[in-house]
Amino acid sequence: MAKERKGIEVSLAIAEAVGQADCDVISAYPITPQTHIVEHLSELVADGHLDAEFVPVESEHSAMSVCCGAAAVGARTFTSTASQGLALMAEIFFIASSMRLPVVMALANRSLSGPLSIWNDHTDVMMVRDGGWIHVFVENGQEAYDHMFWAFRVAEDPAVRLPVALNIDGFIMTHMIEPIEFEDDELIKRYVPEYKMEKPLHPDNPVSMGCFAMPEIYSEAQMAREWALVESYATCIRAWEEWADLTGRQYHAVETYRADDAECCIVTMGSLGETAMAAVDELREQGEKVGVIKIRLWRPFPFDDLHRAAAGKDALIVLDRAISFGGPGGPVALELRSAMCGRPQAPVIVDYVAGLASRDVTVEDFKAIILGGKAKAAAGDVAGFTLYGLRG
Amino acid sequence: MARPIDEIRWQDLEIGAAVSEHGSSREYKTGSWRSLRPVVDKDQCIRCGVCWLYCPDMAISRSEDGHFQADLEYCKGCGICARECPTGCISVEIEEF
Repeated sequence: MAKERKGIEVSLAIAEAVGQADCDVISAYPITPQTHIVEHLSELVADGHLDAEFVPVESEHSAMSVCCGAAAVGARTFTSTASQGLALMAEIFFIASSMRLPVVMALANRSLSGPLSIWNDHTDVMMVRDGGWIHVFVENGQEAYDHMFWAFRVAEDPAVRLPVALNIDGFIMTHMIEPIEFEDDELIKRYVPEYKMEKPLHPDNPVSMGCFAMPEIYSEAQMAREWALVESYATCIRAWEEWADLTGRQYHAVETYRADDAECCIVTMGSLGETAMAAVDELREQGEKVGVIKIRLWRPFPFDDLHRAAAGKDALIVLDRAISFGGPGGPVALELRSAMCGRPQAPVIVDYVAGLASRDVTVEDFKAIILGGKAKAAAGDVAGFTLYGLRG
Repeated sequence: MARPIDEIRWQDLEIGAAVSEHGSSREYKTGSWRSLRPVVDKDQCIRCGVCWLYCPDMAISRSEDGHFQADLEYCKGCGICARECPTGCISVEIEEF
């Protein structure tokens, strides 16, 4: 029998999940479109529903600093931010991963200034792409709720011990009321057990964290970070399998839709994947052999899963939601071109940037992008990127 | 005694490059940075300890005769001791390596 669903704003569902995961320390500064998440968490703490320290701070830089300090003594920690807040947090963002502190963040993806915009795209997260965190993208409210637990489960795994960013599209998800299946606290306790950190900061067993490194050791420290992030992949997969065993909802690093016999696939990341599926359904009715490839795990980058998903395709048409200024295209297309480089019968990669600052990408737009990308691939017009819908 | 830094492999690092061994910064001899060396004129020294108090690297210690001297393995030659000495008994000389 299906479990009961509850109509709830996705931000509130995320906050409820953080509460169910029995988070110890929450520190955040409000910023659109993330605000409802930490606002609701502050209510949960103030009303006695969640036994946690809620530390309101004067900036996102301080929010991440508080999270690092709390994580260093072994607390389960959470923060949330977006856009300019993430930019202000950036200095400590990199430090959290270098010190291997399992901070969990809900990143309500929003455009970076300027021009000033509060709307949704992926320009904020791409700024910290190389920050050493695990990044996961979700498509709807249920996935956001489920992945909150996954984030704590993976971050705190002794084999991982890395911070995790749960990327949720601002407004498109944060402000949407959706029907969500809630899991009971007992199940969550089994999935996210009590966190026992190995070697926390403690006066009985002093340890120095965040030490200065000479040129003779910096490279070794960076390699250790790289290895930790790459190796975290196995735990990411295992944690999804365990979640499926408990709830019946199965997730993968890369997911496909009607892609098996497709000649050409649209590649998405985040909430627009659902619109892409609708477009593919309509194109299939017209006889087009097209499908969708959705990247859920952005870091560590799932090379093997993508190779499998892309096998036999003529072209991958990427829907990017950010521009790497002065570079060869959007960040997702860059990754795919690297992933496919030198492989036999690799598909060509056609890059479209669309949906910047929440400009609508409708089913009709997706159909135009897929058919346009297919034509470009056939014509060999595959360099650089196209900013879809641009005037002028 | 910590392992020499250039013998540590990346696999040997503690998680997050944490350091559990106490006092390992002693292994880092900052005296090689020095281009100036503090020299104490013991005849003028009143053994007040102001140099010891001000040394930012805690590189100055008191010897058995009550005078103060810089440990040249760590002294960076910043000259703060000479600047702060109330009797002017500390001079800085160009270091010759």
